[in-house]
Amino acid sequence: MESSSRRRFLTMAGVAVLGIGAKPVLDVLAAGQGEVAGSFKLKKGDGALNAKQWAMVIDTRKVEKASDLEPMISACHKIHNVPQMENKNHEIKWIWEEEYHYAFPTATSRYMNEHAEHIPFLVLCNHCENPPCVRACPTKATFKRESDGIVMMDFHRCIGCRFCMAACPYGARSFNFRDPRPFIKETNKEFPTRMKGVVEKCNYCAERIAVGKLPACVEASNGILTFGDLFDPNSAVRELLKSNFTIRRKQSLGTEPSVYYIV
Amino acid sequence: MLELALKGNKKYFGWITALLVLVGIGFGAYLNQLGFGLGITGMSRDVSWGFYIAQFTFLVGVAAGGVMVVLPYYLHDYKAFAKVTILGEFLAIAAITMCLLFILVDLGQPMRMFNVILYPTPNSVLFWDMIVLNGYLFLNIVIGWNVLEAERNNVHYPMWLKPLIYLSIPWAVGIHTVTAFLYCGLPGRGFWLTAILAPRFLSSAFAAGPALLILLCMIIRKVTNFDPGKEQIQSLAKIVAYAICLNVFFLLCEVFVVFYSQIPEHMDHLKYLFFGLQGKSSLVPWMWTSMALMVLSIILLVNPTTRKNENVLTVACLMVFAGTWIDKGLGMISGGFVPSPLHHVTEYSPTFPELLITIGVYGAGFLVLTILYKMAVGVKEEVRS
Repeated sequence: MESSSRRRFLTMAGVAVLGIGAKPVLDVLAAGQGEVAGSFKLKKGDGALNAKQWAMVIDTRKVEKASDLEPMISACHKIHNVPQMENKNHEIKWIWEEEYHYAFPTATSRYMNEHAEHIPFLVLCNHCENPPCVRACPTKATFKRESDGIVMMDFHRCIGCRFCMAACPYGARSFNFRDPRPFIKETNKEFPTRMKGVVEKCNYCAERIAVGKLPACVEASNGILTFGDLFDPNSAVRELLKSNFTIRRKQSLGTEPSVYYIV
Repeated sequence: MLELALKGNKKYFGWITALLVLVGIGFGAYLNQLGFGLGITGMSRDVSWGFYIAQFTFLVGVAAGGVMVVLPYYLHDYKAFAKVTILGEFLAIAAITMCLLFILVDLGQPMRMFNVILYPTPNSVLFWDMIVLNGYLFLNIVIGWNVLEAERNNVHYPMWLKPLIYLSIPWAVGIHTVTAFLYCGLPGRGFWLTAILAPRFLSSAFAAGPALLILLCMIIRKVTNFDPGKEQIQSLAKIVAYAICLNVFFLLCEVFVVFYSQIPEHMDHLKYLFFGLQGKSSLVPWMWTSMALMVLSIILLVNPTTRKNENVLTVACLMVFAGTWIDKGLGMISGGFVPSPLHHVTEYSPTFPELLITIGVYGAGFLVLTILYKMAVGVKEEVRS
């Protein structure tokens, strides 16, 4: 008798555990058209900048040397509390410079235009229209914001599995291999610092766009960077794309990067 | 039945204690990693998965390999395997336990692990991997336990078990297919971006799993009164022989496509592994050793005179296991990250604490395996006497 009631208890406990685990799974399978029960809408701030798909055009003709890019990199890393790691393995970077054949490894020639071969290229998250990192993330900690196409990170949901890092064809993502806070020179209290064990990357300055400011790198770029709505035919970026020949990184992969380079 | 695992001689408890010590050392190292972060490992921004994920991948194969005794027995009614199916199922349980532990120790924020269930994401292969791995663990526990209990009570196992047993066969193929899909669906990682990856994973799994099983049978025969049987071991050996041939064949298919097409993004990873790239070549000796082990083991396993000699067979199985372990547990993951998508060459090698944690996880897996096998062998001895 005693053993049968114990067995019954174990059965019930097992069913209960299964039920708790199954509920969210059923929720997601039952929800149609990406609607989740209890969904809500965020109201935008009055001064916020709006776009359907933010994009950036980098005019590399205006770049001569590393010091031309340096202000953009330091502006970004400063306001976003990006640490300066001593160990290169643990390096964190949101926006940085690469030589042409590293930035465009699938589009190099042996004999190249001298300017393109010698200048540094600015690279950052491409905020792809079809981002492989978002496809890979098992918790939706990285997601493509529907309102404006920014590929964002929820640092509090990320479990640190680093699947997104394997999925990104641009090496745009960094992982906090250790607590980054001791390596931040001056903490910007307006932006969160990260903890160890989560992935981070460029967020197209979503926090600045929300209050009507352009991304920090664009502001510091001295006209090298242009930011705007890719889907608005009259936007500044579309004007540049119309009148200049541009390339994107690893176009053949179908990720549709939203960062364009005038060469 | 667990009580069978509580009785044993000095050697048995000595072995258990040794494994517990390994688990303890690994756990201590893990606490250190939990405090500092994954920075204590050799992983980097460029090589963001390392030894843990590689062991995970290899062990999913070992778990799937268990199906090579389940399938002939339950699907083809190959009676000889009745004696050893339980060993295959219990090996799968131990291997999956290690897989889940390796995933756990690889997470940057392990305490958020349940976010995978709280925010289920069907477009992520990792979500499906979580489902198939836990499902396979569950199936093998239920099947293994009930079949063994029935054997102990000298009755036929309950009929409701039959559909679960049939389900476990394609499920075994599923776990390793989904695990391959983790890698082969990623754009920009030329080494993994190949449709042959899942078949390659499966063939190496069906070689490594049964090879380990043969070695375990040899050990069981030595240290207990239960003999898994000559015929059983020879049948397993044939399975290993076919599987390792297929594994090398699939690898050569990949080598042909990559080196005949000469597309750099696909070629450079194999170049790095087998010849070195930009002067970095730490894996080269390992990869050639792996090739040599696999080719030699084919010669020993295909040739009936050498295969039927159990001493030679033991050596051949060790070679298969070591060869596939190097291929998957060392080369497969690092090879995909070197060179990086930007074509930088950053090498990876595990650090000492990383190895301690790895040994701890293996210790935990072998502890589970020992306890389960003690139970199984105990029942077999009981039934025979």
